[in-house]
Amino acid sequence: MISVPKQSEVHPSERRIILKNADNPDYDVSIDCYERHGGYEVMKQAFSSRKPEELCQEVLDSEVRGRGGAGFPAGMKWKFLDRKSGKPIYLICNADESEPGTFKDRQIMHKDPHQLIEGMMISAYAIQAAEAFIYIREEMPLGAQILEEAIAEARAKGYVGDNILGSDYSCDLIVHRGAAAYICGEETGLIESLEGKRAYPRIKPPYFPAALGLYMCPTIVNNVETLCNVKHIAEMGGKEYAKIGRPGNTGTRIWCLSGHVKNPGYYELENGKFTYGDLIYKIGGGLREGRTLQAVIPGGSSAKVWRAGERFSGKLRSGEAFDWAIDDVPLDFDGPMAAGSMSGSGAVIVVDDSVDIVEVLANINAFYAHESCGQCTPCREGSLWMKKITTRMVNGGAREEDADLLASIGDQIAGRTICAHGEACAWPTQSFVAKFRDKFTEKAKEDPEKASKRPFRLV
Amino acid sequence: MAFELSTEILEYIDKLIPRYPEKRSAIMMILHAIQKEKGFLSLEAQEWVAEKLELTPIQVREVVTFYPFYREKPIGKRHIRVCRTLSCALNGSYAVCDRFKEAFDTELDEISPDGRVTVEFAECLASCGTAPVVMVDDKLYENLNDEQVEAICNKIKEETPANPKAGNTDVS
Ligand SMILES: Cc1cc2nc3c(=O)[nH]c(=O)nc-3n(C[C@H](O)[C@H](O)[C@H](O)COP(=O)(O)O)c2cc1C
Ligand code: SF4
Ligand code: FES
Repeated sequence: MISVPKQSEVHPSERRIILKNADNPDYDVSIDCYERHGGYEVMKQAFSSRKPEELCQEVLDSEVRGRGGAGFPAGMKWKFLDRKSGKPIYLICNADESEPGTFKDRQIMHKDPHQLIEGMMISAYAIQAAEAFIYIREEMPLGAQILEEAIAEARAKGYVGDNILGSDYSCDLIVHRGAAAYICGEETGLIESLEGKRAYPRIKPPYFPAALGLYMCPTIVNNVETLCNVKHIAEMGGKEYAKIGRPGNTGTRIWCLSGHVKNPGYYELENGKFTYGDLIYKIGGGLREGRTLQAVIPGGSSAKVWRAGERFSGKLRSGEAFDWAIDDVPLDFDGPMAAGSMSGSGAVIVVDDSVDIVEVLANINAFYAHESCGQCTPCREGSLWMKKITTRMVNGGAREEDADLLASIGDQIAGRTICAHGEACAWPTQSFVAKFRDKFTEKAKEDPEKASKRPFRLV
Repeated sequence: MAFELSTEILEYIDKLIPRYPEKRSAIMMILHAIQKEKGFLSLEAQEWVAEKLELTPIQVREVVTFYPFYREKPIGKRHIRVCRTLSCALNGSYAVCDRFKEAFDTELDEISPDGRVTVEFAECLASCGTAPVVMVDDKLYENLNDEQVEAICNKIKEETPANPKAGNTDVS
């Protein structure tokens, strides 16, 4: 059996549901341990006494929103499944975890793989999937190995495979490894990749996976954390689950905190009960000694950046007026959205005043340019231009007109591409230029000699 | 010379293919297995896979050239991937990379003169909370500082004999 080092103390503010056992010192990845902690009981109960439709209804009632990035309600997505076609239905777990700043799915797969398997098999039964897949990034070979071993154990006990738990329902579960391409996290890119091709995303519509997914069959793609939630929804009932968190932002979420904070890590918190200020200062320990905040990226590096000192005001969907500083933004799905950004994959990246903000954008741009699949000209060319411009600026060749040029390239990418990678690469540039224009202008006046003395460099 | 694979891999591949609803889906897992054994994916290897899955060689080549992890050339015996993405960069990954390059007297993406390593930059390795991180082959090292990087380098030197002529390849 593989053992994985445990991490971080559980912060008193956390409400751990998904990660309840993961970091307990006496908890391991074996099926025996999982069963000792009540594992597979929910699945047994679901298979013996509940109809698939009932389980789908529970997920709908729970109002659980997808934890992979877009925050779309899972129950609604399942409802869109085309059941009339008569074609087999597939379930895919998106374990690509490739958005920079995100490292929560790794914890689940490494430390509590059976929870994911149980969540997936309940989901597979609920949607009546013919086969289920876990698409895991290549960079997690240990995760793939742990899952393979866990599935073999689950298969031996009749939780996976033919006539599961003595029912007429059969479903196999396959672990499939990616090969280091970010675009495999995009659900239609993932499907192409699983079909054995380049991970070129498909145009939506018509290729909404729920209608035309894997092998042109109805397919559900959900994130690791989302599928684990299904187990807890089945256990406590959708309506009960919906009481956790806030309306429209139900359940807990695992937030990934990284960058310039004293206590980076993952923290499972009830949705909407905390703010970004709580996460960064109270839970994350705040900034390093002597440093001040420069920026916060609230939801993975593709989310629009916030500048320290910024305020956000407007009206919430409920009609309630708000006027927030970064520290006041509710830590849930709707809060960051109201503040002009998004919670995305739940990855909060903190940047202090020790680094050059243009360099931060250059680093982000290098990522999205490298990861464009190349199908659409605006994304393929535009992301590379943005990378070249910000790299040149960092290397001592900044020009007065660069901020405008960057903004214009970003504007020409967003909304003009096959998949949302277009937005993922345009949003950082658009928001950095809009919010830090003075820093971009200053750069053009800087002594090029200074460029090589920075704390980190870009190739 | 005909392209050959160990019986172990052949058995693995024969078990793998029927698990997928369509044969072609097995391609990535097969390429992983072959690359692990051979070190890289030669044209012969790609043609072999094409034949095995009843694909055209270009269909295999499209996959090999799209995904950064697959390679068509040998690398050093040990594969060092330093995360260069934001959270790691903010925590010193560029300096970590320099240390690896110095320790093995090598440039990025090249086989070191002693044949022991290839140092590469990688995009976010999904461990940003323990930045900076590095992967050596299949193993992740987290929260790196100078001493740990030095210890990793020494460990690699101890475990891996120098062989300036050969990378991790079956054509040495
Ligand atoms: C460029 C791009 C990359 C993405 N990467 C991931 C990823 O790594 N993991 C993930 O779960 N979702 C990712 N997504 C979102 C998926 O397309 C999809 O919405 C998600 O897997 C659905 O699961 P959920 O509804 O459970 O969140 C990405 C989307 C885009 C546009
Ligand atoms: S937007 Fe970019 S990543 Fe998405 S399909 Fe177009 S080129 Fe590919
Ligand atoms: S930025 Fe290095 S692991 Fe994510």
